[in-house]
Amino acid sequence: MANFNDVVNVFEVEETNNMIEHNNLDVRTITMGIGLLDCAAQDVDTFCDNIYKKITKYAKDLVKTGEEISGEYGVPIVNKRISVTPIAIAGASACKSSDDYVKVAHTLDKAAKAVGVNFLGGFSAICQKGMSSSDELLIRAIPRALAETDIVCSSVNLGSTKTGINMDAVRLMGEVIKEAAELTKDTDSSACSKLVVFCNAPDDNPFMAGAFHGVSEADCILNVGVSGPGVVRDALKNAEGLDFEELSELIKKTAFKITRVGQLVAKEASRMLGVPFGIIDLSLAPTPAIGDSVADILDLMGLEKVGAPGTTAALAMLNDQVKKGGIMASSSVGGLSGAFIPVSEDQGMINAVEAGALNIEKLEAMTCVCSVGLDMIAIPGDTSAATISGMIADEAALGMVNQKTTAVRVIPAYGKKVGDHVDFGGLLGHAPVMAVNNFDCSKFVNRKGRIPAPIHSFKN
Amino acid sequence: MKKAIITVVGKDSVGIIAKVCTFLSEKQINILDISQTIRDGFFNMMMIVDVSGANGSVTDIAEELTKYGKDCVGVDIKMQLEEIFTMMHRI
Repeated sequence: MANFNDVVNVFEVEETNNMIEHNNLDVRTITMGIGLLDCAAQDVDTFCDNIYKKITKYAKDLVKTGEEISGEYGVPIVNKRISVTPIAIAGASACKSSDDYVKVAHTLDKAAKAVGVNFLGGFSAICQKGMSSSDELLIRAIPRALAETDIVCSSVNLGSTKTGINMDAVRLMGEVIKEAAELTKDTDSSACSKLVVFCNAPDDNPFMAGAFHGVSEADCILNVGVSGPGVVRDALKNAEGLDFEELSELIKKTAFKITRVGQLVAKEASRMLGVPFGIIDLSLAPTPAIGDSVADILDLMGLEKVGAPGTTAALAMLNDQVKKGGIMASSSVGGLSGAFIPVSEDQGMINAVEAGALNIEKLEAMTCVCSVGLDMIAIPGDTSAATISGMIADEAALGMVNQKTTAVRVIPAYGKKVGDHVDFGGLLGHAPVMAVNNFDCSKFVNRKGRIPAPIHSFKN
Repeated sequence: MKKAIITVVGKDSVGIIAKVCTFLSEKQINILDISQTIRDGFFNMMMIVDVSGANGSVTDIAEELTKYGKDCVGVDIKMQLEEIFTMMHRI
């Protein structure tokens, strides 16, 4: 006879299935990290050949496995993705020009499509202290690489708490983002939605556009990103009148449940693919689906609209409770792990911007207390490269001083002005063009060199 | 033993349990426990089954069962490995 004492009951089954069917509970991504250092070659064609072979060999069963797990447990696994070693490192000896790097991007695109994944990240440079010639060639190749490929994502880490901020890279990235926007002006400057700049980028982030497979990682690993803003939102529907302690507990418990699903999927995928499990990323990642919104959670906590005074405090509490619940639910937590606040991917954020409640300055304050940063924000197409560099420098400074990851993924939508709309479709969503403070900062960002690391980075 | 949870929800009618059980027996799936109620005229059933001897993959059978429920029984049926529920609700 089976012992049913420890078997789940009908209410628990209902609760789980209600999360999946009505509150958009899903596993957002299984991301396979693949090291490409052993693909290095003297010429670009051999390098491309090597990386194509390695990616298509290692990831050949990734999509199929994801679908099988999804079928077994009845939980959607929305994306299957690949992250690779930053190409500026792996391709340093093979690529002698930016054209060579564009060629590599095409190979990555082809390999990713061959195995059927949604995105491949790692067309990246890690240059927080200084740019090597390889880093610079890759960075200058980014606009064309992203414009000419479909599912390759790019990131540049240009600052860290340990090293300070590489302002030469910050200045260059302002220009690169403008150029990427112009090259894809027919699709609302969509290349910029696949490009993110970081301070303190994690080596094991499974989320795009910033995923890359850090050099400290094993040859091949699986990282899983959970999601579930809709589930937290549903849990808070009846939270009116709860005090902060009760509210915290509610969020924490919900985050625990969501993360357990991610842990299960990660463990199963790792077993089936014979690839070690890396980390679970606990981020609350919204989608444009109605209700699957971080902004809605903040509203339910008691704000009329996101952006109202109190928003930063509410977000800080949400972010912290998500981490506390998630940490216990998983054997290994990493990546970005916090609440995401992308504008275009969150209908609640879009509504707040359109209502005039939320502006870039408030978003910047919010990035001090949650994961990532100024994310998926459309800004006027005539914003200068220097202004974009200034925004990047501000975000990087927040990350550097607060010892956390920050990022900028802004879209200077070519030919568009405040009040216009951009539309990227799918998970990337749509966004109103937001106003930027246009007072000039070019004399500041045009200074050469590096902003030194803060005093509290000297811990040895 | 590899356990799965089957949930059946829909408008009550004659023969729901019989049809589901016949389907499961054809798939060599053993039923371990059944709990069932009628709530507001709606049929609600949860079964615990053993799929370790099933003649097919869990993913395929789950898909087939959902389709069978929709086309032949007129109810929503889901089959999921038990672990998703125990992971979420048991520490």
